[in-house]
Amino acid sequence: MDLIRLGQVSHAFESAHPVLDGVDFALRAGEKVALLGANGTGKTTLLHVMVGLIRPRTGSVHAFGRERRAEADFVEVRAKAGLLFQDADDQLFCPTVAEDVAFGPLNLGKSKAEARAIVHDVLGRLGLAALENRVTHKLSGGQKRLVSLAAVLAMDPEALLLDEPTNALDEATRERLLDILAGLPQAMVIVSHDREVVERLATRRVTLRGGKLT
Amino acid sequence: MSLVERLDPRTRLLAALLFALAEVLVPSLAAQGVGLLLAVIAALVARLPVGATLRRLLSLEGFMLLVLVMLPFTVPGHPLFSLWDVQASEEGLRQAASIAIKANAVAVALFALVGSMEAPVLGRALTRLGVSGRFVHLFLFTTRYLSVLEDEYRRLRLAMRARAFRPTTGPHCWRSIGHLFGMLMVRSLERAERIDAAMRCRGFTGRFPSLDDESQAGPGRLDLGFGAASAAGLALVIAVGVAWT
Repeated sequence: MDLIRLGQVSHAFESAHPVLDGVDFALRAGEKVALLGANGTGKTTLLHVMVGLIRPRTGSVHAFGRERRAEADFVEVRAKAGLLFQDADDQLFCPTVAEDVAFGPLNLGKSKAEARAIVHDVLGRLGLAALENRVTHKLSGGQKRLVSLAAVLAMDPEALLLDEPTNALDEATRERLLDILAGLPQAMVIVSHDREVVERLATRRVTLRGGKLT
Repeated sequence: MSLVERLDPRTRLLAALLFALAEVLVPSLAAQGVGLLLAVIAALVARLPVGATLRRLLSLEGFMLLVLVMLPFTVPGHPLFSLWDVQASEEGLRQAASIAIKANAVAVALFALVGSMEAPVLGRALTRLGVSGRFVHLFLFTTRYLSVLEDEYRRLRLAMRARAFRPTTGPHCWRSIGHLFGMLMVRSLERAERIDAAMRCRGFTGRFPSLDDESQAGPGRLDLGFGAASAAGLALVIAVGVAWT
């Protein structure tokens, strides 16, 4: 079953230089797809198209059972496909770690008690229980990355879209994150230049070059 | 933990607000002086570090210095003394003294009551006092991202220094500083867009949920006691103000 399916997606920020030029892509349940390509080839754009942060100029986005067009359609998609941003500072905006991790579940209509339980559970699973009441902007870079992953997992997504997850992490944190990712059951699209990430996690590789996916 | 830190944040905010109002509105110098005394007492109770507090006050004085020096010479009234043929008036001097006392009293009271509060605690207290959610979130976003923007500013400055940039007077320097702030604006805007995207990815549709327990605990004995003491102090300030005018 396809979780996400893109059909002939094209997009250009400036008409003269199309970033995506007729991309077909499908993410099936249980798959971990490495999305490769040089800098600036549109890998992040492609991830953003999947969750409707960028509406492509042409082409269709099918996700979780039906075609998605308007902003309202994508609210549900974003809950089911958790996007991990390149810069954790973009993602962690609440004062404390607990509030940030609870932000998604609360938006999904969970009660405060349920949200608290989820925060506890997710932070515990990732070995971050000690950070629960810390102030987000005082965390180290590695802690921020792990907490932002916890914030995504707290929404219990069916798929994960990871945008350079191990970028700028020290060796120990990188290993820890890799172990965590390897143990997750979700389907994934992984954008990474880190060879070990691709070799350890990916079940399939696709490369974006000149706006086409091969 | 000092007495002030054990108070409910709402008590501290309310006390600071009422004090500032009374201090600014009361008309006589004597009453304002009593207010300053109360603020200093509050600072002692809060065990503020003397050196750091004085340094913070000094930056405030620097800000007001020009106004305070100009006032006696610009406000017309009963002449008191003259300097280089310019008359200083008693009314002007009084106004300058009044502004200095009020500003310092309010600043000291704020340092004592609100200064040591972490931003999230302050935000939560404001929400529970009924301040508009938009304002509180604006405040919290500012405290959250100020350091991020400052880091970006520092990185850009460092990159300029690494290429031998030195601030001088001249078009090259002004243009470079212009580029620096322009780039900072662009980056801030992009950052804001990315934060918005990240929030939408987690189901944000314009309403902020809150994780706080809504258990509205009433004021404790400590809060009531502090409230009574501050009320007595403010009553004293107002009484002195009424008696002396």
